[in-house]
Amino acid sequence: MKSIVTGALALALMATAATTTATTPALADIKIGAVVSETGPASSLGDPEAKTIRMMVEELNAKGGIKGEKAKLVLYDDGGDPSKAKTFATRLVEDDGVVAMVGGTTTGTSLAILAVAEESKVPFISLAGAIEIIDPVKPFTFKTPHTDRMACQKIFDDMKSRGLTKIGLISGTDGFGASMRTQCIAVAKTSGIEIVADETYGPKDADMTPQLTNIRNKSGIQAVLNTGFGQGPATITRNYAQLGITLPLYQSHGVASNAFIELSGAKNAEGVRLPGTALLVGELLDPKDPQKNVVLAYKASFEKAAGGAPVSTFGGYAHDAMRILTEALAKAPSAKPAAIRDAIEGTTGLVGTTGTYNYAKTDHLGLDLSAFRMLEISNGGWKLVK
Amino acid sequence: MRLSPKQSTLLVLAVLMIASPFFFPSNYYYRVGSLVFVNAIAVVGIVILTGYAGQISLGHAGFLGIGGYACALLPAHFGLPPALAVVAGAAISGAIAYVVGRPILKLKGYYLAVATLGFGVLVSMVLANEGWLTGGPDGIKVPDPGIRALLEQVGIELTNPQFWYAFCGLVLFIGAWLALNLRESPTGRALRALHGSEVAARTAGIDIAKAKLNAFVISAVYASVAGSLLALQNRLITPDVAGFMHSIELVTMAVLGGAGSVLGGIFGAALLTLLPQVLTVLQDYEHVVLGLVMMGVMIFLPAGLIPSARRLLRGRGE
Repeated sequence: MKSIVTGALALALMATAATTTATTPALADIKIGAVVSETGPASSLGDPEAKTIRMMVEELNAKGGIKGEKAKLVLYDDGGDPSKAKTFATRLVEDDGVVAMVGGTTTGTSLAILAVAEESKVPFISLAGAIEIIDPVKPFTFKTPHTDRMACQKIFDDMKSRGLTKIGLISGTDGFGASMRTQCIAVAKTSGIEIVADETYGPKDADMTPQLTNIRNKSGIQAVLNTGFGQGPATITRNYAQLGITLPLYQSHGVASNAFIELSGAKNAEGVRLPGTALLVGELLDPKDPQKNVVLAYKASFEKAAGGAPVSTFGGYAHDAMRILTEALAKAPSAKPAAIRDAIEGTTGLVGTTGTYNYAKTDHLGLDLSAFRMLEISNGGWKLVK
Repeated sequence: MRLSPKQSTLLVLAVLMIASPFFFPSNYYYRVGSLVFVNAIAVVGIVILTGYAGQISLGHAGFLGIGGYACALLPAHFGLPPALAVVAGAAISGAIAYVVGRPILKLKGYYLAVATLGFGVLVSMVLANEGWLTGGPDGIKVPDPGIRALLEQVGIELTNPQFWYAFCGLVLFIGAWLALNLRESPTGRALRALHGSEVAARTAGIDIAKAKLNAFVISAVYASVAGSLLALQNRLITPDVAGFMHSIELVTMAVLGGAGSVLGGIFGAALLTLLPQVLTVLQDYEHVVLGLVMMGVMIFLPAGLIPSARRLLRGRGE
């Protein structure tokens, strides 16, 4: 009995060892690791990221790889669970022997992966928003998305230019909404915006009229800001129109997609403003805009590779991360993690879909406020606010 | 010399824990091994509650959450050393289990399942929504317990995954030993009696309300310790730990391996922790294969893998 059980368990363990080593390819390839939340609660972010990363590695190899060597992608799906993300990151570094990692769809998974990256000294480019990923600066961790703080600043700047200073805040209780709420409250203090109402909703709630009614009844209120992504903001936009509230409504960069307009209804969403990336308004950009070509090229190749699925901001983050990584790989004197890290930190003037990246020793985000475009929904489409 | 079932279980466990690292080509295997142990600790708690006492809990991940967040919050707010926070977290979990268990263990069957499920959902909602305290859905950082640094001073140098493999393995071994002792103790016999028949147990003079509560509190402490160890080795904890799916996963591990036996529970935990790692090669079919394995076991080996295997072997031997 004992020996059978022992044997069975030992077999199970060895089977793990066997299958994982069996997938290890030839040594000549440059191995790039990715951990994204392709499934699970953050799949609407992670799915386009995974598709983009796969597509870009294929494109890279079709063009002849890096200095003649093929890139080999090892991608794992963490399902949005930070503990799994940490295990897969460990696997990438320890077992698959990757030279760099991309991924970390949510802040939680990014924080889990960066711990592994820093410990094993392998560069990691995160795709999550929160500022604590790169603040304080950690030697091996970089990121491509803007921070929530920058979105808040962009929105508040626009509000002030319209003379709106007393606002109501309504936030989702999911990771995205809660984190941006905290940042906006902090930014409001220094930018002369007064938050007179602060309401929250669950990400799956079907009706937000009570919260919106509370906000409307606050005296002197001039505008409403919703931090959140997914279905919540669309519900709010619908309820907002149903209640007949005429104050300007601002949404977050998390809903910058055509799906948001469809879900809210073009009529309800008319006049809603949000900070977005150039990716969404590629065709509207000035021909002289440096981002125009990058954005249109990514849009075309993604939509082809993904079978017509529209581009999203999140896939754009992955695109930028892969661009930064491949340029660094081409520049680095060797394919050693430390050399790649130095090359990533030396990235300057790289035009991505999100903005123009200028990394430095003290700045592993590399973007400024100009990366955000203030967009307004007009006739079921987008309009750039000048 | 003939070994008692308790001794043989512990021997198998010890041999596996010590022998496995000889097959480990990299730190990644230590990481997976330590996750197996963490899950196994929680599942041993479920074995006591479900296997011994016949009570179901679909909210046990709630206690993992409490144990995990204790390691994040107590050091930050009360300056407690993280290692002590594990103990404090276990005490808090036990106390909450006692208070919650008194009313809900009066329920039976589906009603108990739903009440415990409600408890688990409540915990994970509080952890996600009370952002000022818990850091919200993005989670919160957990301090380093410093045991590894301490070992380094006395000349034992381990990598992080190696240390956690050894530490969680030790805790699991102690946990399994306690659970096996409990089984043969008067308390354990009372639990198994009430599993068989509550009426008969009560007729035999067992205070069944107290016995159930004991099992619930003990299993909550196991879950809490598992949650603490997970938080400490990840250096980060998020509300997912306390999520509903995690509770279901724990019960599945226990049932798959054999809820009535400690070794079965540990085996179930190992299987369901290792399978997703092995199945990454199948990626898209991972969940299909997992589902098929579970269905197959439930249909053909309803007592769970280890007890069924044991019965099969015994039948052949005699």
